[in-house]
Amino acid sequence: MGRIVLDQVSKRFGDVEVIPPLDLTIEDGEFAVFVGPSGCGKSTLLRMIAGLEDLTSGNIEIDGENVTEVPPSKRGLAMVFQSYALYPHMTVRKNIGFPLRMEKMEQAEIDKRVETAAQSLNLVDYLDRKPGQLSGGQRQRVAIGRAIVRDPSAFLFDEPLSNLDAALRVGMRLEISEMHERMRTTMIYVTHDQVEAMTMANKIVVLQAGRIEQVGSPLDLYHKPQNVFVAGFIGSPKMNIFSGPEAEKHGAHTIGIRPEHTDVSMTEGTWEGRVGVAEHLGSDTFIHVHDTGLADMVTVRITGDISVKHGDKIFLTPRADQIHRFDAQGQRIA
Amino acid sequence: MAIVAQSSKFSIYGRPVLAWGVGLMFFFPIFWMVLTSFKTDADAVKPENLIFFTPTLENYLNMTENYDYWRFARNSVISAVSATIFTLFVSVPAAYAMAFNPTRATKDVLMWMLSTKMLPAAAVLYPMIFLAKGIGLYDTHILVITVLSLINLPIAVWMLFTYFKEIPKDIIEAGKMDGVNTWGEIKEILVPLAWGGIASTALLVFIFCWNEAYWTVRLTTIDAATLSKLIEGNRAPEGLFFGRLSAVSTAAVGPIVVLGWFCQKQLVQGLTFGAVK
Ligand SMILES: Nc1ncnc2c1ncn2[C@@H]1O[C@H](COP(=O)(O)OP(=O)(O)O)[C@@H](O)[C@H]1O
Ligand SMILES: [Mg+2]
Repeated sequence: MGRIVLDQVSKRFGDVEVIPPLDLTIEDGEFAVFVGPSGCGKSTLLRMIAGLEDLTSGNIEIDGENVTEVPPSKRGLAMVFQSYALYPHMTVRKNIGFPLRMEKMEQAEIDKRVETAAQSLNLVDYLDRKPGQLSGGQRQRVAIGRAIVRDPSAFLFDEPLSNLDAALRVGMRLEISEMHERMRTTMIYVTHDQVEAMTMANKIVVLQAGRIEQVGSPLDLYHKPQNVFVAGFIGSPKMNIFSGPEAEKHGAHTIGIRPEHTDVSMTEGTWEGRVGVAEHLGSDTFIHVHDTGLADMVTVRITGDISVKHGDKIFLTPRADQIHRFDAQGQRIA
Repeated sequence: MAIVAQSSKFSIYGRPVLAWGVGLMFFFPIFWMVLTSFKTDADAVKPENLIFFTPTLENYLNMTENYDYWRFARNSVISAVSATIFTLFVSVPAAYAMAFNPTRATKDVLMWMLSTKMLPAAAVLYPMIFLAKGIGLYDTHILVITVLSLINLPIAVWMLFTYFKEIPKDIIEAGKMDGVNTWGEIKEILVPLAWGGIASTALLVFIFCWNEAYWTVRLTTIDAATLSKLIEGNRAPEGLFFGRLSAVSTAAVGPIVVLGWFCQKQLVQGLTFGAVK
C-alpha cells in the first residue's frame, strides 16, 4: 500500500521560498515522475516526502495517516540516492540486509531475503565484496536491492541513473520499469530528463521553480500541454514555439508545433525557409530551418532519410490539427 | 613526487639529512633527559661527566621508594583515561550534530568553543581554586577529570567535526531511510566510518591529558596528584637535583612516548586533520 497525499505543502530555506504551497496525490501503485529543470525543487519535494526535510507548512499523508511529524525511519519508505549512498564499511550482503537488521528480523529470514534480492539483481557473485570494489552499475543495483528487501510502501528515487553512462542508463531504466510492473508498488522518481519521465511514468508531475506546471500521463502532456513551459519541456526535439502575426492568424498569442507534426516539401508549403543543419539518424532526419520569419530556427523531424543540403530552399506545412495555441499568459487555449 | 623524473641531488641526499637533523634536534632533549637520569645528582652537573660516567639506578630506586611514583602514575592513568572517555562521550554526539544537522549558529558555536582556548588559563585560576575548594572537590579525581575534559573538549569537537564532515551526508540519510534512529546512526554508521578519526582524536586527547600540568599541579595536593605534580615536586627550592629530576621526568613521559611510538601513523593522520587518506 502506498497512497501519498501532499496537502498545501511548502518549503522555505531561510527567506527563499523554494516550494510554494502545493497539492498533489500519488495513487497506490502508481509510477510518478517529478521532472523539471535543475534547481526547480524536485529533490526538495522528494526529501520532504521521505522526511529528510521538514515542511515549512502543510501536511503529508501516507495511506491516510498524517506523517508530517513522523521521522524518516518510521515512514516505511525506501529511497535510492543519486550517489547510491551505500555503507562503505559493509559488504554487499550487509548493505542489502541492513534495513532488515534494523527491523530486528531473524538472521535466517534476512539471509533468505538478501539471497532473493541478489538473484533478481544479478548480484549473487558480489555479495561478499565491499561497495568500493564494484562498478557504478553494480553499486546502483545494490542500492536498489537495499530498497526492495524490506517491502516498503513506496520507493523514492532521486536521479538514480544520472551517474551512469548512457548505455547502462537505458538498461537500468528498463529494469526499474520492469520492477514496477512486477511489484506494483508506488514509486516516485525524480529526474531532469524528460525522456526518462516519458518512458517510465504513469503520472508525470512537471515542476518549475517549485510550482506544479502540469500533472498527467505522458501522452496527456505530449498531446495537451497546459502551458508553454510544458510544451517546450516535453518532447524531443523540442516543440517549435513562436508568437507574432502567424500566431494571431490562429487566434492565439503564441502557437507551438512539434517537429514531427510538420510536413516538408522542396516545392510548396505554408512557410518557406532555408536548411541550416540536417542531422541524419538513419531512422529519422532532424532538419533545422532558418529564415522562416517565425523564429530564429524551426526544427522538423522526418521519418527516414531525405537528402537536403545546407542552404537549400525548403517549405514547411504544419498539420492544422496539431497546432497548440496559447494565450498571452502562456496558458493553453482549448 | 613522481613528477620529478630526474631526482635532484637534494631529494636524494638533502632531504633525508634535513629530516634526520630536525628529528634529532627534537629528540635530543629527551635523549639528554634519559641519559641524565642514570647519573647521580653530583655527576649530572660535572662537565667531565657529560658523556662518560658510571650509570646508576639510584634515582629510579629512590623515586619508587621515597616518592611513591606508582601512586602518581596510577592517578595519571585514572585521570587521563577517564577524561579521554568522557571527552569522547560528549564530543562525538556534539560533532555529529554539528556536522549533519547544522543550524545557523553552528559556525559561531564552533568558533566560540575555539575561542575558549584563547583565554589565558591564569585568568580563571583563582576563581577555579576557590570554586573547587568551596564545593569540596579540591584535590579529587572528579575535579581533575572534569577540568581535563573541559580543556580538551574544543579540540576534540573540532577534530571530530572535521572528520565527520568528510562523510557524505547521503550515507547518514540512507541510514535514516533504512530505519535507524539517532543513536543507531552514531553506532552503526558514524563510528565505523570515522573510526580512524575517532581513534586519532582519542589518542591526542589522551596525550594532552597525560601531559597537562598547569591545572593538575594547582588543583591537587596528594590524593589526585598526577605525574606532573611529581615532577613539579622535585623542583626543590635548594637547587635542582638534575639526576633525580630527570629520572622522574623520564618515568613520567616514558609511557606516553612509548604509546606515541606505536601509534605514529594514527597520530600523523590525526594532526593533519584527515588530509592524509
Ligand atoms: N539545504 C538547502 N539550503 C538552502 N537552499 C537549498 C537547500 N537545498 C536546496 N536548496 C535550494 O532549493 C532549490 C531546489 O533545490 P533542489 O530541490 O535540489 O532542486 P532539484 O533537485 O530540482 O535540482 C535550489 O535553488 C537550491 O539551491
Ligand atoms: Mg536534485
